[in-house]
Amino acid sequence: MKEIRIHARAGQGAITTAALLGTAAFRGGKFALAFPHFGAERMGAPMNAFVRLSDRVIRLRSQVYEPDYLIVLDPSLMRGFDVFEGFQPGGVAIINHHEKVQCPKPIQNVKVFTVPGNDIATEVLGRPIGNTTILGAFAAATNEFGLESLQQAILERFSGEVAKKNAEAARRGYEYLMQYCK
Amino acid sequence: MRRYLEGSHAVAEIVRLCKAQVISAYPITPQTHIVESLAQMVADGELNAEFINVESEHSAASVVQGASATGVRTYTATTSQGLLYMIEVLYSIAGLRLPVVLTCANRAVSSPINIWNDHQDSVTVRDAGWLQFYAENNQEACDLHLMAYRLAEDHNIMLPVMVCMDGYILTHAYEVVDLPEQSQVDKFLPDFKPIHCLNPDEPVSMGVLMGPESYIETRYAIHQTMMDALNVIPGIADEFEQVFGRKVHCLIEKYRLEDATQVFVAMGSMVGTVKEIVDGLREDGQKVGLLKVIAHRPFPKRIVYEALKNAREIAVLEKAISLGEEGPLLSDVKSAFCGQGNQPKISGFVLGLGGRDITKKSILEVHDALSGSQVDVKFIDLKI
Repeated sequence: MKEIRIHARAGQGAITTAALLGTAAFRGGKFALAFPHFGAERMGAPMNAFVRLSDRVIRLRSQVYEPDYLIVLDPSLMRGFDVFEGFQPGGVAIINHHEKVQCPKPIQNVKVFTVPGNDIATEVLGRPIGNTTILGAFAAATNEFGLESLQQAILERFSGEVAKKNAEAARRGYEYLMQYCK
Repeated sequence: MRRYLEGSHAVAEIVRLCKAQVISAYPITPQTHIVESLAQMVADGELNAEFINVESEHSAASVVQGASATGVRTYTATTSQGLLYMIEVLYSIAGLRLPVVLTCANRAVSSPINIWNDHQDSVTVRDAGWLQFYAENNQEACDLHLMAYRLAEDHNIMLPVMVCMDGYILTHAYEVVDLPEQSQVDKFLPDFKPIHCLNPDEPVSMGVLMGPESYIETRYAIHQTMMDALNVIPGIADEFEQVFGRKVHCLIEKYRLEDATQVFVAMGSMVGTVKEIVDGLREDGQKVGLLKVIAHRPFPKRIVYEALKNAREIAVLEKAISLGEEGPLLSDVKSAFCGQGNQPKISGFVLGLGGRDITKKSILEVHDALSGSQVDVKFIDLKI
């Protein structure tokens, strides 16, 4: 079983990101449990969502404390907040990067990829919402599901132009990671 | 069809497939997504029902009570303060023998204000005359709703049913759920045929005054029906399996109990986490098992006793407490052993209140404490 922790601020679509990730894994033939750590949060407050992926039924319902994978949707959370807490050796982190925030120092035994998700999203979607780009990068970095499964999940979730553009954003994230990070 | 969707959405799909005719609810988190989905289905013409907006849970319960009395299939959902605000109507619905189905998206009760999960809300209304089932996962939540309508409308039962699913942990979790076809649901759940109903052409009175000469008989009748339901449920669960090709547990589920000397007893979503721990302890050669209680009311006392009678140490884990006494489920399990020859050590553990996360470590803490001396109430994960 692989455990994923997503760091975001309330309103940035962490729950949708978790749900898309779970749906993509489901499309790829895996079991997936995606759930938010729901709070009575105001917009902008730090929050988490979690996903577990497995080849069999997932029964464990606790939150994720020792993630195999990390997704940081808002890099400003890395200021004074240890997103790497409990991060497992051999883990993979995808950080939605922008220039104003310093990149994390390399950590032993884990891979940390920074992806300019919001910049890519601005080009493709016209809005700096990097979630689907980051998920594309996640697919490339972890191989937990294919780009096609992710794009299917996106087309299921959204409709019309928004769906098409987000599927394209996912592809761009996937290719960014393949070309520049590996 | 196997679908990947949010628990709330899955329940709304099941209510649609059950063809509820009148739905009334007042939005309160974490139940909101269920009734929002249903409102959308009604607006989109996918569900031929009347969705009645109300100003409070007291009114929502009153609307489904009145609608059910006219002989239509009804649905409502609530949680926490909302459920407590419904209480007087909940008793009335049971007294009128109306087959209302309600989803309780379990959540803690104020004060302090807390919107997160525990079982204090539904456990508080366990004596209202409603059958109460607790789901471990979203598949079970869906299946229990199908069973709920079938049981509620069975002419041998005619009582309301509350399906309890953990707020957020289940309602907001995305997982795979096998949703049935409409034809399967229609086969399992025929149209609701009321025994008596309000009809202007054949006027009757319902909920009349019944004094000391007859009130106690109404309570006797409900209690007898509850006891009868324990015998009716297995037969309907068999039918469920024939129609849907999947087993549904409705009273209890035994997990690795065969030779277990130490047994956990739990309800709701924490059962999944306990199963993981049981498997781990079994790998270490420890004879540990789990009894999942699904039916809290009627409480299948005899079946619980039979399942637990060979255990030496029993840990009852609950997300509720009768303050000043002990966990309500602990009292029930203890009473199952009352008057029996064997008396295992039965301890009570309270955990997960107000959304405190129940981890593998929490369950191991219970297991460590179990071999010590008997305790009625031990709070787990307490930070003091």
